[in-house]
Amino acid sequence: MTKTNFNFVVLNAKDNVAVALEEIPSEVTVLVTDPTGDYEIIVKDTIQFGHKFAIKTICNADYVVKYGEIIGRSMRKIEPGEHVHIHNLEGNRGRGDQIGQNQ
Amino acid sequence: MDKINKQTFMGYKRPDGSVGIRNHVLILPTITCATQAAMQITKLVHGTVSFVHQHGCAQVGDDYEQTFRTYYGIGANPNIYGVIVLGLGCETHQAKSVASELAKSGKPVELVSIQDEGGTLDAICKGAKLAARMVQKASEQRREPCELSELIVGTECGGSDACSGLSANPAVGRVSDLIVEHGGTAILAETTELIGAEHLLAQRAVSPQVSKTVYEIINNMEKRAFSMGVDIRTGNPSPGNKKGGLSTLEEKSLGAANKAGTSPLQEIIAYAEKPTKKGLVWMDTPGQDIEQLTGMTAGGAQIVLFTTGRGTPTGSPIAPVIKISTNSHLYEKMNDNIDLNAGTIIEGIETIDSVGDRILEEIISVCSGKLTKAEILKQNDFGIWRIGPTF
Repeated sequence: MTKTNFNFVVLNAKDNVAVALEEIPSEVTVLVTDPTGDYEIIVKDTIQFGHKFAIKTICNADYVVKYGEIIGRSMRKIEPGEHVHIHNLEGNRGRGDQIGQNQ
Repeated sequence: MDKINKQTFMGYKRPDGSVGIRNHVLILPTITCATQAAMQITKLVHGTVSFVHQHGCAQVGDDYEQTFRTYYGIGANPNIYGVIVLGLGCETHQAKSVASELAKSGKPVELVSIQDEGGTLDAICKGAKLAARMVQKASEQRREPCELSELIVGTECGGSDACSGLSANPAVGRVSDLIVEHGGTAILAETTELIGAEHLLAQRAVSPQVSKTVYEIINNMEKRAFSMGVDIRTGNPSPGNKKGGLSTLEEKSLGAANKAGTSPLQEIIAYAEKPTKKGLVWMDTPGQDIEQLTGMTAGGAQIVLFTTGRGTPTGSPIAPVIKISTNSHLYEKMNDNIDLNAGTIIEGIETIDSVGDRILEEIISVCSGKLTKAEILKQNDFGIWRIGPTF
């Protein structure tokens, strides 16, 4: 018996990421409920408990949105189902390392 | 069994009208050089508390003022029956200045100087004798019914994970609203961990001035990261936060801000400053757990709610800390340290409101004398937020 029904949550209708409420293995298909119509996505990486995966295509340098609020910017294009974390998402705030670069 | 009224708890009424939930005698070392003697006194005399720190000398300006305010606030905390202020003699932060300020509250205050007494052993002897007399007096005081409106509840999150913003922090937010509804005060703090969520709190400010101050203190905290020339992510979120699924400071902040519930933001107070208003207030502290905890207790918080996803042992010598896990796995794994579990919200077993009600019941029990796990384990953490160099 293979488990297909995994727990995750989309916290706000504006969000482009979901939060896994249990470990979700890669290649699993999950159903995302959406006001404009539910849709399926294939989870591309193993998503650990509490970690995020994209539920929409996120273009390079686009905002990543959780709680309906901006939590940072993508560092490359992120496909639906990909793990979203520090390897492809950077914060915009407290960036002392960027002082002088973009001001 | 006494049935505790939901609206009241059994506390200690102080001469200045405030209400304590513990009845400690504090040995207050106002200089690092006196901390060892202070700890010796706590070993000799039952009912005393103290802490180790590294401050009190060669500090100037705002940094001097902030450390002084912390010493004073800790002594003035309503959980403290009386204070033995213990100094060395030659230091910048003079014990006698702290003692004379504290005496204005009407609580018993005594002063001991290591240099005046002729050394460590004589100072310990004098301090212990004074403390022993004070503890016996304190033991004669009885708990009386007190209103929740007398409480200043500190809220804090440490060792956050991705569940913090989903379970324990919203539940603490619910409690924060309940305390405010009862006429009490809830402190939101850790300015660093509100960077990225400030607009949500500014919208709730009671005046344009408070809203402006929200942005000012956020900008000042962010500028500190700029002045270091590094990505704040090198220190916050911490490695454990990241392992728990938090990717950026903004994400952590949006979860942390849930602790503030939905009440209007009444005022912003400086580190270790006492709130002047009831309701929700924001104390400007760093995100570092122990410095924040110390600041809130110096501001008069009698009790602190502390949510954690990774698990921490955090406690205070001054105020009971109720630790609340964000996930059930942690509650089982670190049960020695965690008082309550909010992970049931993630599992769909309980709602945010029902966990909030459970936390409020625990507050009333702890305020009436029930010990928290951190108290039982003698987890007496203490740390002052320094804002200037040592000279």
